[in-house]
Amino acid sequence: MYYVNVLLKSHKFVIGAFVLVSIVLLAILYPFINTADPKDLVAMAFEPPREGLILGTDNFGRDVFLQLAHGTRTSIFVGLLAGIVATSIGLVLGLISGYIGGLIDDVITTFTNMFIVIPSFIILIVISVSLDVRSATLVSLIIGFTTWPWTARAVRAQTASLRNREHVNIAKISGYTTPRIIVSEILPYMASYVVMAFVLQIAAGILAEAGISMLGLGPHDTISLGVLMQWALLYEAPATGAWWAFVPAALFIAAISFSLNYMNSGMDEIFNPKIRGN
Amino acid sequence: MNNKHIMVVENLQTHYRTRLKEHVYAVDGVSFELEEGKVLGIAGESGCGKSTLALSLMAFYFPPLHFKEGSILIDGVDVMKLPYEKLRTQVLGEKIAYIPQAAMNALNPTKRIIRFIEDIFHEHRPKMSKIQVYQMVSERFKSLNLPPRVLEAFPNELSGGMKQRTVIAISTLMNPTILIADEPTSALDVTSQKVVMSMLKKLMEKGYVKSMIFITHELPLLVHIADDIMVMYAGEIVERGKSKDVIFDPVHPYSKALMNAIIVPEKDMKNQKLSAIPGAPPNLKQVLRGCRFIDRCKYRNDICFSINVDKISEIRHSSRTYRCIFDIDTLQEMYKKESQSDGR
Amino acid sequence: MADNNVILSGKNVTRIFGYGKKKVTAVNNVDFEIRKGEIVSIVGESGSGKTTLARIILGLLKQTSGELLFDGKQRKMNSYKDRLNYWKNVQAIFQDPFSSFNQFHKIERVLRDCVKLSGLSLTEAETVSRMREAFDFVNLKYEELYNKYPFELSGGQMQRVMISRIFMLKPNILIADEPTSMIDVCSRATILDMLMKLRDEINMTIVFITHDVGLSYYLSDKIFIMEKGKIVERGNAEDIISNPKHPYTIQLLDDVPKLHEAWNLG
Repeated sequence: MYYVNVLLKSHKFVIGAFVLVSIVLLAILYPFINTADPKDLVAMAFEPPREGLILGTDNFGRDVFLQLAHGTRTSIFVGLLAGIVATSIGLVLGLISGYIGGLIDDVITTFTNMFIVIPSFIILIVISVSLDVRSATLVSLIIGFTTWPWTARAVRAQTASLRNREHVNIAKISGYTTPRIIVSEILPYMASYVVMAFVLQIAAGILAEAGISMLGLGPHDTISLGVLMQWALLYEAPATGAWWAFVPAALFIAAISFSLNYMNSGMDEIFNPKIRGN
Repeated sequence: MNNKHIMVVENLQTHYRTRLKEHVYAVDGVSFELEEGKVLGIAGESGCGKSTLALSLMAFYFPPLHFKEGSILIDGVDVMKLPYEKLRTQVLGEKIAYIPQAAMNALNPTKRIIRFIEDIFHEHRPKMSKIQVYQMVSERFKSLNLPPRVLEAFPNELSGGMKQRTVIAISTLMNPTILIADEPTSALDVTSQKVVMSMLKKLMEKGYVKSMIFITHELPLLVHIADDIMVMYAGEIVERGKSKDVIFDPVHPYSKALMNAIIVPEKDMKNQKLSAIPGAPPNLKQVLRGCRFIDRCKYRNDICFSINVDKISEIRHSSRTYRCIFDIDTLQEMYKKESQSDGR
Repeated sequence: MADNNVILSGKNVTRIFGYGKKKVTAVNNVDFEIRKGEIVSIVGESGSGKTTLARIILGLLKQTSGELLFDGKQRKMNSYKDRLNYWKNVQAIFQDPFSSFNQFHKIERVLRDCVKLSGLSLTEAETVSRMREAFDFVNLKYEELYNKYPFELSGGQMQRVMISRIFMLKPNILIADEPTSMIDVCSRATILDMLMKLRDEINMTIVFITHDVGLSYYLSDKIFIMEKGKIVERGNAEDIISNPKHPYTIQLLDDVPKLHEAWNLG
């Protein structure tokens, strides 16, 4: 609770959180107000925004605003799941290689570096192409399994510096086992760091999904912000001047990404001792 | 025979303002005079305010350090009344030079030493050419036993002691009147420490600086370099006197405790009873009244508690000053009784 | 001809870091013997290898070559059980009291862990009474401090809690790695007195690591002087100070300012 109070003092965190929460609330609550199926045809194609249709219709004649709400839900779900998967993998690998060092560290680091060198987006494309059926869950997992290296490296560096603290040595000579040392002496000191990494991984996940969907390799039969963008491009919404079919989606992607990064920046100011010194 | 007073400080009060708008009264009414040709040692433990005093003497006030009141006269001029530009160009580096604790970290790791020096001269002596600078500097380095090869080196090629000496040499190139050294040897090995102390002594001998203020918590150093010593506690000066008097015959109970905690590798030191004082110094975030040492003093009595003054005033006894309500004979009697019962 | 009083000894202990051109021999073929109940100081400047040797003796670092004998027998540190057994006999206090505590836990946790290490199963009442006894030994009030967090204590208090931990464990050997260098001068004596009390009351052997030769003289019976990974001189504290033989020792003593002797600052 103390941490929440401190975070609320950071302007950056509050602004970011406000934007994010507003978008999330919209995405969650609006479909309860308007319970129609976003794939229903409600009007003519590319009708501009008017009363009853806040953002007009897309190329098929479907309610864009409703699609936006549903799409945001999917995108955030993908971001969250991808973030959890990536952070978990990165955390475990980073802790092990950072604490134990030696050969294990070399092996894990080489493995991590392999993933870093090959752009995760390319792997994402290759895997997505080879699968026939892609659900939102599957896409999240693929993103999670390809974006963990960043967290792994960060956690490894932190762990390596924390393991030299004397209380770690005291724990050793008090008979603590290695797993116990990692969990009770190292992990708590990294908690804020891990939370920040998680936030950034969510943002990365959402952007990755948007990118992959725009290429047509996103989840099937699901509306996401990336898919909305893809449809707009496929069916030439920009050429027709129907900005409502793609600008809001792009803005939402940008806004979610921005708010997460801004929150992270606020947290950094609070938690990072080097910045706090000023 | 009174030497000229190069620096006169009168009731200096400076404080820190924290982010949460609290005030830390680090220097709370310090007055003293510094004579020409003398070294003044300031002794105290961490948190007593001595480093803050050093910064304050340079009139170097940037948030969170704030000046409250008092005067600092250097060669008769109150530096607090000078505009910042004059302070920067005519006082800092020229009249006063300051060496912080890990001064060696001031060296820019990407520049050779001589380039660093050229930048300084560009600011303070723009009329000198690079060749003139090089000549002057290498002569000065030679006279201070610093090998001239140091000038062409990068900082990371030099040892800790060498770097510290280089910074000290550079800081005194303009022959400042006063040199303030804040724990110049604390971050160094024992061997480097001796070389740095030699250099500081040489600076005085050759007249490159006229007077020095040497701040440390390592008292044995002061025996060998300081003419006078001031002992600082909780933002105040609790004792002042000639070096040998303060160390071997301290008056104030805190000074006595400090001197009794000295450990040196001398014969008979093994049998000495080392003293320790319980508790910790008072919190300087509050306004303190009366005796600041009262909580930890083993010689206190009811009178000490019943006194109702803002500050304990200083008593002057020949060349010594101390801040206690007891007179010097009473205190020295108490000390004598104690050492007899300790079997010393 | 075995000396039954020798509790810890090392033969040809060497520790090398890195390889090739960047190879650093921190500890270079060191032999030593420490007798039960002795206070031995290992004195050296930074880079002398004293901290590395301390960590090897403590079992936190493995030596590159050479052997260590505890109580006459070769020391084994391969299995978890071996190490646990060793640490019941050999413990440490470190230089930085702030870094020695896990800031997320109350300080009593450090003492409760001691009970676990000893392998005893005690009732809560017995545990508390032992903790109280340990606090008394270091002149701290159990009621006031047991449920405080480390940041609420001063450096001197934290170091005393570390000593109370040693009192609870009662190891045969204590490795004290510069325990007073981050403590105020006026609080040093308290820590040193407590260490000596540990030796006097439970015959604990103390290996005191320091760069301060005066401190080593005050505290210890024997002194080992280390330079660049080797022990260059060893002997009784009194002899070393009054009659140093090795040029490095002579220079080391010369470089330290004394109170009553002149200091040649030439």
